[in-house]
Amino acid sequence: MTATLTPTTPGAARLHAAFARAKQEGRAAFIPFMTAGYPTAQAFPAVADALLGQADILEVGIPYSDPLGDGPTIQRASEQALAGGTSTRHTLALVRELRSRHDTPIVIMTYVNPIYAVGPREFMRLAQEAGVDGLILPDLPPDQDLEIADLAAEHGMAVTFLIAPTSTPARVKLVAEACTGFLYAVSVTGVTGTREGSALNEVPAMLALARQYARVPVAVGFGVKDAETAAQVAQVADGVVVGSAFINAVKAGQDVGALAASIREGCTQN
Amino acid sequence: MSLQLPTYPQPDERGRFGRFGGRYVPETLIPALDELQAAYTEARNDPAFLNELDRLLKDFVGRPSGLYLAQRLTEHAGGAKIYLKREDQNYTGAHKINNCLAQALLAKRMGKQRVIAETGAGQHGVASATAAALLGLECIVYMGAEDIRRQALNVFRMKLLGAEVREVTSGTSTLKDATNEAIRDWVTNVRDTFYILGSVVGPHPYPAMVRDFQSIIGEEVKVQHQALEGRAVPDAIVACVGGGSNAIGIFAPFAYLPEHERPLLIGTEAAGEGVESGKHAASVAGGRVGVLHGAMMYLLNDDEGQIVPPHSISAGLDYPGIGPEHCLYSETGVAQYVPVTDAQALDALQLLTRLEGIIPALETAHAIHAAVNLARTMRPDQTVVVNLSGRGDKDVAEVMRLLDLGREQDAAPAPRTPEVHA
Ligand SMILES: Cc1ncc(COP(=O)(O)O)c(C=O)c1O
Repeated sequence: MTATLTPTTPGAARLHAAFARAKQEGRAAFIPFMTAGYPTAQAFPAVADALLGQADILEVGIPYSDPLGDGPTIQRASEQALAGGTSTRHTLALVRELRSRHDTPIVIMTYVNPIYAVGPREFMRLAQEAGVDGLILPDLPPDQDLEIADLAAEHGMAVTFLIAPTSTPARVKLVAEACTGFLYAVSVTGVTGTREGSALNEVPAMLALARQYARVPVAVGFGVKDAETAAQVAQVADGVVVGSAFINAVKAGQDVGALAASIREGCTQN
Repeated sequence: MSLQLPTYPQPDERGRFGRFGGRYVPETLIPALDELQAAYTEARNDPAFLNELDRLLKDFVGRPSGLYLAQRLTEHAGGAKIYLKREDQNYTGAHKINNCLAQALLAKRMGKQRVIAETGAGQHGVASATAAALLGLECIVYMGAEDIRRQALNVFRMKLLGAEVREVTSGTSTLKDATNEAIRDWVTNVRDTFYILGSVVGPHPYPAMVRDFQSIIGEEVKVQHQALEGRAVPDAIVACVGGGSNAIGIFAPFAYLPEHERPLLIGTEAAGEGVESGKHAASVAGGRVGVLHGAMMYLLNDDEGQIVPPHSISAGLDYPGIGPEHCLYSETGVAQYVPVTDAQALDALQLLTRLEGIIPALETAHAIHAAVNLARTMRPDQTVVVNLSGRGDKDVAEVMRLLDLGREQDAAPAPRTPEVHA
């Protein structure tokens, strides 16, 4: 049995529409990421509002104690958010609050343990109630647990799995076919975080392969940090994910909205 | 060919021990795990690999390690005969070297020149650094800042052996965080790096592969117990459990016997200041099913899925999870897992030292405590084998600190004797 492809869930439909709208405007969809409860539970909504003002889709991370796919930036942000009392249920409550003000699709990035701890069915129920459109699962290869994807679909949400430059064609096919929201292509072999120089060398070949199988839009993330890197990615991808750069901006007290606007500008396709 | 690696009915082809185990890791690593699985399967059937491993285990490590009748400890307990399986006799001082040499040989065979490892007590780090030095590989060891403090001697040994020790300050600055950091390194450098994982945890095939490499402990016990007692199977086996590699190494060769032939298998978990105190590392007694470091297992995590910081007097048991095969053994009753506190371990360390002249590692002392209690309830014609997973050299400074602290506390109400200066 494979996870059923259900592009008809409301979440998947909203995500696909967001990609389509961006495309109509000649852009790759701009997908900023922020750790929930960062820098503090009080300050997070304003940061999220600023991102949502520019985003086609907002990615909200559940802060996690052991984020093994993340580099130091998101790792430290998670520690700070957890210390401030934000974790799984609280993140979903924060999303619910954001949804009361914004119509932009929101996806949750979470490691699987919070889902198992809350209980997969209960987690999905809470996420649906909060208005979550999709889930990004960085430590769940789709063939590990087919129940999660099916439960997400049952609750109206889409799922996104990841491919990497190391993925074999067989893995790309398996992962691409399991995605119902969008396919997330990791630009480098590595963890999240900004990098010096172009980290995008491996992207075009990987995307060419992914497009043979994916029936959903393909977004690229890891290492995109500014308008310039976003512009490179936008030439080949349907969506651009930017995370650590926004956390760094919050940390440095910079204007997150302005950075988001400039990166969104960079997502222009020509 | 003298060495053969055993085959067991678990895990299934997806790397599952019942509902435990699996591969919950970033997709980047899946091809590397497939590659490792293929290389391991090929190596374990290759006489050249097995002969080389056999030669190193004998001539470099000093195997077989002894099975020693602890006469005075047996008298002290007053019941079953207590045998000690002397993994502390291994070169580098613990069972960890068995697995490290095997994995380092595999790394070399796969053409990987760079190896990484995580370590808590430092024993796995020292063993990895040793194997790397022997085979000419570059070695990087991740270690929590707290463990670096507790295990200064092992940190120096690693450096002396030419390894780079990277201090980890995230999370709780202990073994779990060092493991996260090693996995992050592997995700980043997966194309040219081999991850030498130190216990029966992590994504498939590690729990199975490390078990196979450590099974030599139990296989030797069969032969030695036969020679000493006229039967291959002891009545009980006790081993401490951090991730669970020394315990699996001595359990697995017996765990799949039919129930009536199987010895009583007891794993000791670190109960720290007591399971009820919340300051412990007892994943079976005080945890519930969750996912960490790529595998589903019993895990200390709160009701929202955040990992609860473990605590143990011994850095090597200071881990919030327990290997998936142990979880299956526990769930099916093949083995039992009992909590042993810091204080009980510290007492057992002194007991073994005084009675037998063997200073065990703090990890091992947890097993000694349970073995003495168990032997007491058994008949003199029965036997208990304790896996003496390692020697206490690495711990003497920490034990000295702990015992001194205890003395100061005891003495606190009484006036201090003034120091006399000559
Ligand atoms: C002497 C000794 N025993 C036991 C352990 C615990 O590990 P495991 O449970 O994998 O045997 C360690 C870990 O460092 C150790 O050094």
